[in-house]
Amino acid sequence: MVASRAIGSLRRFTASRTLRCPGYTCRNFSASSALLTRTHINYGVKGDVAVVRINSPNSKVNTLSRELQSEFIEVMNEIWANDQIRSAVLISSKPGCFIAGADINMLASCKSAEEVTQLSQEGQRMFEKLEKSTKPIVAAISGSCLGGGLELAISCQYRIATKDRKTVLGTPEVLLGILPGAGGTQRLPKMVGVPAAFDMMLTGRNIRADRAKKMGLVDQLVEPLGPGLKPSEERTIEYLEEVAVTFAKELSDKKISLKRDKGLVEKLTSYAMSIPFVRQQIYKKVEEKVRKQTKGLYPAPLKIIDAVKTGIEQGNDAGYVSESQKFGELAMTKESKALMGLYHGQVLCKKNKFGTPQKDVKHLAILGAGLMGAGIAQVSVDKGIKTILKDATLAGLDRGQQQVFKGLNDKVKKKALTSFERDSIFSNLTGQLDYQGFEKADMVIEAVFEDLNVKHRVLKEVEAVVPDHCVFASNTSALPIRQIASVSKRPEKVIGMHYFSPVDKMQLLEIITTEKTSKDTTASVVAVGLKQGKVIIVVKDGPGFYTTRCLAPMMSEVLRILQEGVDPKKVDSLTTSFGFPVGAATLVDEVGVDVAKHVAEDLGKAFGERFESGSVELLKQMVARGFLGRKSGKGFYIYQEGVKNKSLNSDMDGILASLKVPPKSDVCSDEDLQYRLVTRFVNEAIMCLQEGILATPTEGDIGAVFGLGFPPCLGGPFRYVDLYGAQKIVDRLRKYEAAYGKPFTPCQLLIDHANSPNKKFYQ
Amino acid sequence: MTSILTYTLKNLPSTSKWALRFSLRPLSCSSQLRAAPAAQTKSKKTLAKPNIRNIVVVEGVRIPFLQSGTSYKELMPHDLARAALLGLLHRTNVPKDVVDYIILGTVIQEVKTSNVAREAALGAGFSDKTPAHTVTMACISANQAMTTGVGLIASGQCDVVVAGGVELMSDIPIRHSRKMRKMLLDLNKAKTLGQRLSLISKFRLNFLSPELPAVAEFSTSETMGHSADRLAAAFAVSRLDQDEYALRSHSLAKKAQDEGLLSDVVPFKVPGKDTVTKDNGIRPSSLEQMAKLKPAFIKPYGTVTAANSSFLTDGASAMLIMAEEKALAMGYKPKAYLRPTYATPKVLERAGLTMTDIDAFEFHEAFSGQILANFKAMDSDWFAQNYMGRKTKVGSPPLEKFNNWGGSLSLGHPFGATGCRLVMAAANRLRKEGGQYGLVAACAAGGQGHAMIVEAYPK
Repeated sequence: MVASRAIGSLRRFTASRTLRCPGYTCRNFSASSALLTRTHINYGVKGDVAVVRINSPNSKVNTLSRELQSEFIEVMNEIWANDQIRSAVLISSKPGCFIAGADINMLASCKSAEEVTQLSQEGQRMFEKLEKSTKPIVAAISGSCLGGGLELAISCQYRIATKDRKTVLGTPEVLLGILPGAGGTQRLPKMVGVPAAFDMMLTGRNIRADRAKKMGLVDQLVEPLGPGLKPSEERTIEYLEEVAVTFAKELSDKKISLKRDKGLVEKLTSYAMSIPFVRQQIYKKVEEKVRKQTKGLYPAPLKIIDAVKTGIEQGNDAGYVSESQKFGELAMTKESKALMGLYHGQVLCKKNKFGTPQKDVKHLAILGAGLMGAGIAQVSVDKGIKTILKDATLAGLDRGQQQVFKGLNDKVKKKALTSFERDSIFSNLTGQLDYQGFEKADMVIEAVFEDLNVKHRVLKEVEAVVPDHCVFASNTSALPIRQIASVSKRPEKVIGMHYFSPVDKMQLLEIITTEKTSKDTTASVVAVGLKQGKVIIVVKDGPGFYTTRCLAPMMSEVLRILQEGVDPKKVDSLTTSFGFPVGAATLVDEVGVDVAKHVAEDLGKAFGERFESGSVELLKQMVARGFLGRKSGKGFYIYQEGVKNKSLNSDMDGILASLKVPPKSDVCSDEDLQYRLVTRFVNEAIMCLQEGILATPTEGDIGAVFGLGFPPCLGGPFRYVDLYGAQKIVDRLRKYEAAYGKPFTPCQLLIDHANSPNKKFYQ
Repeated sequence: MTSILTYTLKNLPSTSKWALRFSLRPLSCSSQLRAAPAAQTKSKKTLAKPNIRNIVVVEGVRIPFLQSGTSYKELMPHDLARAALLGLLHRTNVPKDVVDYIILGTVIQEVKTSNVAREAALGAGFSDKTPAHTVTMACISANQAMTTGVGLIASGQCDVVVAGGVELMSDIPIRHSRKMRKMLLDLNKAKTLGQRLSLISKFRLNFLSPELPAVAEFSTSETMGHSADRLAAAFAVSRLDQDEYALRSHSLAKKAQDEGLLSDVVPFKVPGKDTVTKDNGIRPSSLEQMAKLKPAFIKPYGTVTAANSSFLTDGASAMLIMAEEKALAMGYKPKAYLRPTYATPKVLERAGLTMTDIDAFEFHEAFSGQILANFKAMDSDWFAQNYMGRKTKVGSPPLEKFNNWGGSLSLGHPFGATGCRLVMAAANRLRKEGGQYGLVAACAAGGQGHAMIVEAYPK
């Protein structure tokens, strides 16, 4: 479950931050002329500098909504008309957020591309006026400055940013399947150069303030302040404002120039970019790269390149027209609807529906220092949770502690942590072989070997030493939680926490409750998961829960396709070109052939005929030969340290040949192969909702995309059915059912949706 | 001077260690100063307690504090410390064999003399049977040396202790890079020519790039001046306020020097050079001149400049501390009682004193911005409630009793030696001005602080 790199960056979106927003008044103003009844924006004047404050009511973040925009235009017009004012500062009153972007709901409410294009043009006009302002405007940025917020900032004459971790600048539009539609594609390349602008707009990555300064995206940095006579956040914003006002004055007095000194590299790049041939080469290179990475499944990146190109080659006017039109087109695409759906889903899955747990988890204990156990430890200690990592052997414990250290140290190398922070974080971890200190544990997560007897043994051992309130969570990918809980003295405290490997990279956490699990236990593990930075789905107990249960039939189909003589490389390329981040055959190797075999056998027993297709015998023989996948160096492929292009494991030929089944020619086209895999996945997901394993379609989509790498451009199985039509999927399933029988029988809920086209999972 | 300071601060970032969090601790040093309930009469009780040994300062001296890179630049730290010890011996005539223990503070250690107290003591002619150790606690190293000495006397282990400190910023240990050191160490172990050659073959030119003492505080990666600028900003201390305070410090120091009040200074004949008789960093300037300087750390809009910061300093100090009865038995007239505590928020409360009881304040001033921020914090109810666990503010010390003979900004700040200077300034001021209690406070890198009450010895 290596999954979704493409989507990984979605995590950065969650701009919502839990910061309190202290009452911030404008008492310093000499002339508070314009305190009309505006709700999003107010301004006051300090000397001859107007200070414009952005503060959307009842929200943790500022977004460029219609109301905010119209108030902003009003305010700016007043400022431009006022002779007493010679310059302006734009600042947010919310610590942690300058402007987090445009209002997504505003886009979603548009019915046509033209309507969206019009929105874009309004934005373009507004920002063009800012850019052409004769009174210098300084953007004072503290907190997230993303999307439309960044476009606003780069239209100003000068930018000053707080140098803290919360202050990030970026253009994440591409991750929502759209483009920066308020002049961003035109201004950004001029400001930071074409290559850097492409990098920002095509990856959507967040850029921290110090890096932004180096790139020329901001002009000055302000250090965050410690506590003084006021809380530090409040004082830092005040200080930022003071500094910005000084600069605004100096700009209007022409004491400082707007021209930035360019470094040698920058000068060379901009010289190179003045040669048309070089530019063409760059466009070509970038386009090639994008096509390769998106496999043509995501329209936004290519349109971004196009809009930038038009602006540079044909001038600003053409560029603006191109940008706004493409913005309109993109907003109407299924891809963009899917990605925005994921964004909303992700926001939902970052909330604790179960309320505040009675007891905060301060002491966590993890059993088993394997890949999973150590991974869980890593994401816990760096959030300040005191964590015990217990293993049965010193060698195992050493390996696990080293894994945690390496994970933290890699962040030091990337400058995301200082070495001191690494050391103090690592001090939250205690490695041990016994149960010392478990009497203080608020929660125990076991990540021991996937064997019911072992799990039972540790559960009993743990219950003998932990306090009454302690939660016992089992990290398992398939063992039913109620079976694990069967030996517990307190089944209401037993719950499943299914993490995905590698834990520090994969965002999903699947929480599994039994009918005996108490609500407080659930609230407690969700709270811990959220603290660990996870996106959480909560599902009911059942064989394979949700994620494993969806993956298993698809994997089973992979085996059948392989047995039909399609080679693993072909299977991989078919799945990746459908939008899966990892090919299906490679996925088996990554998960581990032995694990796949376990799961296939267990679920096969539980679901019978419906889960049959490929032969488990194939997996059995692979295990017998030691082809366990990546971890043993051989699976369908051969894995060697440092070798990038993996080659097929030729020893598999014999096994595959001995288990060969004849392909059925009418369901064996490339497209059929793809749909055989995907429809089984989707059908099973919908069945999970039908059976009540899943509580909501949103959780189903988030689980599939973030845990299993279901193509993000499709938005998850439920969104996929909504967007592409249930009938089409039922038709496909019926076709394959005719060839293969029960595994493809569409479930009742899907049939219901096909029968009444108005029925949607998302209204 | 500006250029010297900024240059050195940039290049010898070792200094920066002392930067951080001036704010909190020094605050808490003085946080104890609960707003006086009612003005007490001037006739104060003594802090002596029954059954606890009184500890007195008999005398304290220092060699002149010089800007680094001047007359002391060819010397080594133990040379300065030895001069201070000899000065003390000369001033007090104390027999060397009476001294039970010698403790010196230092910050940047010269690796050849890592126990610089011992080297200086032996050189000054103390017996090799008199133990000596070196302590380090950033800017409060000398305070720690004194406190340790007080502890030894209070517990009855010693009767007479010499405490002091030394710092030589003219020369600092600059090391080979770790790669180079590793190669040299491995070479040492290599037995055959082949092994040696193979090691040497791994040599790369970048091995030669030197390693300076840390630019920034290890735990926070922040330099000291930077931190002071942020602190000043956090408390909204203006550039003008800082410059005015610095000017005050220099003017008072100049006046004290001219009037001969800095009696703790002993002359030092520097080998090969003239005798140094006075501090050379005192430079009263004008506010206009100071306003011209560019910010030294946060550019271009910061407020901390070379003129309102203390400069890199060479110097050493030493102090003779005794149990009261011992001092009296030896015929000394002690200068003051020492009542040290760590800068817990209780120094005054413990002593049962209030702000108005204090006649002389001697605070370490590394930066104008730091001292002024401290004043503001002590004067803030909000800060007292949120960061000191108090209901009301402490109140800031009255400026007319504060660092009246100059401070670290003007006299200089040899990190390891400043503590003794503060105590002697307080003791001498009490004698001169006729006060009874002095409050000494200093802050140090890593958010630590130290405070001490000095009580005048009855005349």
